[in-house]
Amino acid sequence: MDAASPQDAHSPRIALIGNPNTGKSTLFNALTGLRQRVGNYPGVTVSKKSGALILPGGVRAELIDLPGLYSLAAASLDERVVIDVLCGHLSGTPVPDAIVCVVDSTNLLRNLFLASQVAELGIPMMLVLNQVDVSRKFGVQIDTAKLSERLGGIPVVAASAWHGEGIPEVRAAIATLLEKKTRMPRIAWHACVQEALDILRSGLERAGAHPLPVPELQRVLFDTTTPVLDRIQCDAHAVERIVAAARECIRRGGFNPFAAEPVLHYERLKHVLDGVATTRTDGAHTFTQRLDRILLNRVLGTFIFFVSMTAVFASVFWLAAIPQGWIETGIGWLGNTAEKWLEGSPILQSLVTKGVIDGVGAFMSFLPQILILFFFVAVLEDSGYMARAAFLMDKLFSWCGLNGKCFVPMLSGYACAIPSVMATRTIEDPKSRLATIFIIPFMSCSARLPVYSLMIGAFLVPKIGTLNGGLVMVAMYLLGLIVAIPTAWVFTRFILKTRSQPFVLEMPRYQVPKPRDVLLRMAQSGWEFVRRAGTIIFAITIIVWALLYFPHADEVALSTKKTFVAERAKDAGKKVEEIEAILEKATREEFIAGQVKQTGKKAEEIEAALEKATREGFIEEKAKETGKAPEEIEEALEADGGDPKKNKLAAALKQHIALAAALEAHIEPAASLEKQTEAAFVEHSYLGRFGKLLQPVFDPAGFDWKITIGVLASFPAREVIVSTLGITYSLGGEADEESDDLKKAMAESVWTSGPRIGKPIFTIPVVFGIMAFFALCSQCGATLATITKEAGWRWAVASFFYMTSLAWVIAVLCYQVGNLF
Amino acid sequence: MKSQNIVTTTLPALSIGQTGRVVQLHTRRPVDQRLLALGLMPGMLVRLVRTAPLGDPIEVEFQNQNVSLRKAEAESVEVELLPATPPSSGA
Ligand SMILES: Nc1nc2c(ncn2[C@@H]2O[C@H](COP(=O)(O)OP(=O)(O)O)[C@@H](O)[C@H]2O)c(=O)[nH]1
Ligand SMILES: [Mg+2]
Repeated sequence: MDAASPQDAHSPRIALIGNPNTGKSTLFNALTGLRQRVGNYPGVTVSKKSGALILPGGVRAELIDLPGLYSLAAASLDERVVIDVLCGHLSGTPVPDAIVCVVDSTNLLRNLFLASQVAELGIPMMLVLNQVDVSRKFGVQIDTAKLSERLGGIPVVAASAWHGEGIPEVRAAIATLLEKKTRMPRIAWHACVQEALDILRSGLERAGAHPLPVPELQRVLFDTTTPVLDRIQCDAHAVERIVAAARECIRRGGFNPFAAEPVLHYERLKHVLDGVATTRTDGAHTFTQRLDRILLNRVLGTFIFFVSMTAVFASVFWLAAIPQGWIETGIGWLGNTAEKWLEGSPILQSLVTKGVIDGVGAFMSFLPQILILFFFVAVLEDSGYMARAAFLMDKLFSWCGLNGKCFVPMLSGYACAIPSVMATRTIEDPKSRLATIFIIPFMSCSARLPVYSLMIGAFLVPKIGTLNGGLVMVAMYLLGLIVAIPTAWVFTRFILKTRSQPFVLEMPRYQVPKPRDVLLRMAQSGWEFVRRAGTIIFAITIIVWALLYFPHADEVALSTKKTFVAERAKDAGKKVEEIEAILEKATREEFIAGQVKQTGKKAEEIEAALEKATREGFIEEKAKETGKAPEEIEEALEADGGDPKKNKLAAALKQHIALAAALEAHIEPAASLEKQTEAAFVEHSYLGRFGKLLQPVFDPAGFDWKITIGVLASFPAREVIVSTLGITYSLGGEADEESDDLKKAMAESVWTSGPRIGKPIFTIPVVFGIMAFFALCSQCGATLATITKEAGWRWAVASFFYMTSLAWVIAVLCYQVGNLF
Repeated sequence: MKSQNIVTTTLPALSIGQTGRVVQLHTRRPVDQRLLALGLMPGMLVRLVRTAPLGDPIEVEFQNQNVSLRKAEAESVEVELLPATPPSSGA
């Protein structure tokens, strides 16, 4: 290759533009394959997709997929980014060498409006008339040669990106375009527009503004507001006067200055298209129309909507739980294996099992929900139903500043906030999108369920019954929504200063989604989550592990043991040395050795007997012995209430499992000490000390230091509250919300100091306070990481402080008001 | 134009299935800019297809495309009544 060839300087950059839903992304995928990078434009959250395109002759070009837009009037952030890219205003992204304008061939006139506007920029351009498969079905015939001729000879290629039709031709045309640099001719403006532009240019020059290129002058002239004005650093009043004079000139020419641009472009394009395309015979349209008559029907449509949304929700909530279970099992197995491997070095063991492996598990367990939700999002969007869902639901949301597109993300927020925040990308209006991101974490996700179950099960059901307990559960689920709605209202009205996008929504044609697109969407969102949020979640888990582990001083273990032994000695009336000797021997090995001595059996036999000394083992054995089905044995065991005195089989079972019970009794002192030591380590860890220090902050809500530590430890993930309480109550981290021991320990716990000394900690107001706190508080590192990625860290910080302070206020209110009664 | 017997109304006030011809629309709000970009301009035919079950928004058809918009935002589009026929392409 020749050393001076231009691609050595930089490979040509080609931008894909077009109206939304014309097939830009599909074409992008067809042209680049999987050679793509997804990122964000600097400083904004508009995603930037670029990929490598190999042209005939082996030249490598960079293809950029830009957000879809209808007009260059920069109303939204997306549109601003497109204009900035095309004008070269974004640092690090030079003006593209060529533009490929993707046009929906079923609606040429409207699609060419954007092309005609972009032609003003003077960048080489070509047209791809996409979706010819559909326009052909509609009976639309397009003379591409004639169209090309009318547009100054720019390449015009008919294609169907979806079916791969015309892709080689597009590739070849891009190569031609780069070589010949053909440009679409600019519109011949009416004299009054020319004059207005001259007035504007000379006026701004006189006012000392930066000279602006013509396309940007047009934006100043035609648009009611434009970001261009922010850049010219010039007295605003002077600019206003000059612009008004220029617009007056257009008015004198007989046009409305704010409508002149589209009116004149459309007029031009009608001439361009005259005789180029036959109008569609509307026959093919009726499939969508007929389907809409059902799907948007007042009764039937609403019913189908609720059924399909229930299916989406149920899948994210329950279906995802199945692979999550596998992941948990896998992670659990990995943890156990690592625990055995690293037996010798306690720090490393704890770091690997409680830090690294749990950290990986923490974000892995979100993947099933993300993949499943994005499966539905892709199907809903690609089929065209998403726009209908928004149409049906808009009224419910519009009054609080949101729109119909917020429904799906908010609904799935009840399963998990993380995929839901990611799914807000389907909301085009940035203001509604931000507000939705802000309120999604209030939706009561599945991680809150264990907290509610524990509190309601332990303290409310015994007092008010199962039914009322269920009602409280429903109330907890509604609490988030009750808080979220006013939040959205205030947020969109007073806090977000940007203007709302108008809710003008194209109703796309229905079509069957392509499995490949759906899979790609799922894979991309899953991968993005792992890559961007995964690292943050991982880091948070490690940090919290360290805060809960260190300093891990030996004295803590020693003094715990001392107290433990002294207490046991006092209780049993034995000497301290005796207790210590018992502790020394309270191991599984010693137990087996003892059994060997007693019974004369081999150690292996005892091991095997122990292995089988369970209810399941017993039933299995009996089933084999008698040839009956295990269910029958089970039934027989239950007879006479399972009372060993009356039921022989139950008595046999008791004997059968006596060995396991003996083992448990034998190792009980060591196990108890271990759990107490674990509790003491947590109490004396950095986080534990911090929790004790911070307890006065939570005192007005009636939280003691154990609850406070639990609250702090569960900031990365609220569900750890249950296992943390398990540890601090010396029951070990395996205690779950069903654990009767934990419920009992909590119910029996009393204040050990302060004015409430001797009184129970978990009174009804405290229980409600805890539930409200967990319902509202921002306790999910993964959600904050996702918000950071989707909206920027400022919104994550705002979300954290807003939710957390609100949760505190409500918890304090619960306690203070509750204590009045 | 025969100005006496032209009845004008607003877009959301059309009855379902009815077609009107756009007489004028506001131009300064973002929604108007968007509608203009989509090709809704004076002289065009536009048909009210349906209203949402909750009464808002509405779905309209013009220039071979179906678009949903809120009543409050469509209020500014003034139309003259035509008999209820599906619109062919614009005037
Ligand atoms: N029938 C048909 N559908 C297409 C074609 N190209 C894209 N689509 C579909 O049109 C929809 C929008 O495509 P997408 O690439 O996301 O458009 P973008 O918004 O311009 O990026 C998707 O559902 C595609 O599957 C095509 O050539 N023919
Ligand atoms: Mg796209």
